Amino acid sequence: MRSLNLLLLLSGAALAQAPDAEALKKAIDAAQSAGDNAWMLTSSALVLMMTGPGLALFYGGLVRKKNVLGTMMQSFILMALITVIWAVAGYSLAFGEGNVFIGDLRYLFLNGVGAAPNPDYATTIPQQTFMIYQLMFAIITPALISGAFAERMKFSAMLLFMTLWALIVYFPMAHMVWGKGGLLNAFLPGKIPCYDFAGGTVVHITSGVSALVCALYLGKRHGFPGTPMKPHSLVLSFIGACLLWVGWFGFNAGSALGSGALATSAFVATHFGAAAAALGWVIAEWMRTGKPSVLGGISGAVAGLVAITPASGFVKPMPALFIGFAAGVVCYLMCAVIKQKFRYDDSLDAFGVHGAGGTLGALLTGVFATREVNTALNKPLGLVDGNPGQVLNQLIGCLVAWGLALVGTFVILKICDAVLGVRVDPDHEIQGLDLSMHGEEGYILES
Amino acid sequence: MKKIEAIIQPHKLEEVKEALKNIGIDGMTVTEVRGHGRQKGHKEVYRGQEYMVDLLPKVKLEMVVPAGRVDEVVRTLVSSARTGKIGDGKIFLFEVAEAIRIRNDDRGEAAL
Repeated sequence: MRSLNLLLLLSGAALAQAPDAEALKKAIDAAQSAGDNAWMLTSSALVLMMTGPGLALFYGGLVRKKNVLGTMMQSFILMALITVIWAVAGYSLAFGEGNVFIGDLRYLFLNGVGAAPNPDYATTIPQQTFMIYQLMFAIITPALISGAFAERMKFSAMLLFMTLWALIVYFPMAHMVWGKGGLLNAFLPGKIPCYDFAGGTVVHITSGVSALVCALYLGKRHGFPGTPMKPHSLVLSFIGACLLWVGWFGFNAGSALGSGALATSAFVATHFGAAAAALGWVIAEWMRTGKPSVLGGISGAVAGLVAITPASGFVKPMPALFIGFAAGVVCYLMCAVIKQKFRYDDSLDAFGVHGAGGTLGALLTGVFATREVNTALNKPLGLVDGNPGQVLNQLIGCLVAWGLALVGTFVILKICDAVLGVRVDPDHEIQGLDLSMHGEEGYILES
Repeated sequence: MKKIEAIIQPHKLEEVKEALKNIGIDGMTVTEVRGHGRQKGHKEVYRGQEYMVDLLPKVKLEMVVPAGRVDEVVRTLVSSARTGKIGDGKIFLFEVAEAIRIRNDDRGEAAL
């Protein structure tokens, strides 16, 4: 609409002088570029806000108070660490053309990544905007894993783990799904087109499944499950979860890579998914334990946001409600029943929420994806469009993500364990990470 | 002199303080404590992980009063802190050997 107004205005101006079609087109392009770029920079900031303070608060509140700073630091330091890796090689390995599995080194040190758009990915925004937006995803994904090894991993080992994890798991997976020529890329066609709008496989399955590997490899926290390990502040977790909900609009609607109708559709689906999932979790919990908890409500919202992530740019509002509600119930059962049954210490339920929710969302994307929402391919998308084969493609995408995360994370943990040892000393664990790793405390009441 | 130690429900603190003030007792030390007697705790559930919480928050009041006022203070404490339900708390009495006011070295009841 805005560009139409501009068009009329400019054509008025053009009539007064000699009509210049070329100049007119340039002006229109510039206007659209400005609009898209504004939204994408906003989205980039929103996605960074999901890690700090969003995830840092969400996870920080869920641990015991002797580990609050250590837990927040795990999210925060990734904002620094991954940024540097991304600038040097990460962006190139994810989005350079390369082969079907990994990008090449054409954008090493961000060589050639400037104001000009990269037409393969986003035609209306500077490639530098696309680069910084994608960086925010590379930051939050490993940060999600930290929920599984909370309260017991060495800080030094975590830094090495995250560096290797970005290189071995995240960049290849991002390339396969979103990079030009990637194996699973649906738009710059790969061999097995898999729809993942904002990171169901790339972000949530990889992080969630890696989280499970970490929880099993590091073992249970000292005293688990006998000793009470209640969340020390659900108030912090509440604030964090609500910031995640808001930030997720940048995550999903931003993945439209522009500010048009697709972004709106993704925004709506995201919000609907979160809302239905919060209700799904709370209702399931209320029926099973007799009380609707605040932790259940916020966990459900996050589970819904996870599940709607791959689907957000492909599905209509009613399927979004369904996907969200299903995720709320399924993720609740994963955390409250399956985890209790098998007794693994996925401390903050990174697997139960991101692994399970991500897989559910990726599969349901194959069911509900429709060309009525996403017109980029101009062909039937999911089962509802009469393309049942897409569900199989989604399953293959999930299996690739699961496989890479399982094997990659196990190998990386072995390396970290050999080099540094992954787990803190028992004394340090009892003392808490805040004091033993960082030499400070989160709450100093006598000061 | 006797020391009176009363462990009461936290929500009764203001009422108890007011009742003590009305009978002229204005010195006391109050601590937030946790404990349990015969009162059963409650269950908390975090994402399906259940915890029995049996140490419940209470408030402990300590005051030292002249021997002649002990009955009156205890009666006041009992009537103002009572709800009639399990968990109302307990009162303990102790003999006090000496009291000393730090400011001017007053001794005995004069120091109270």
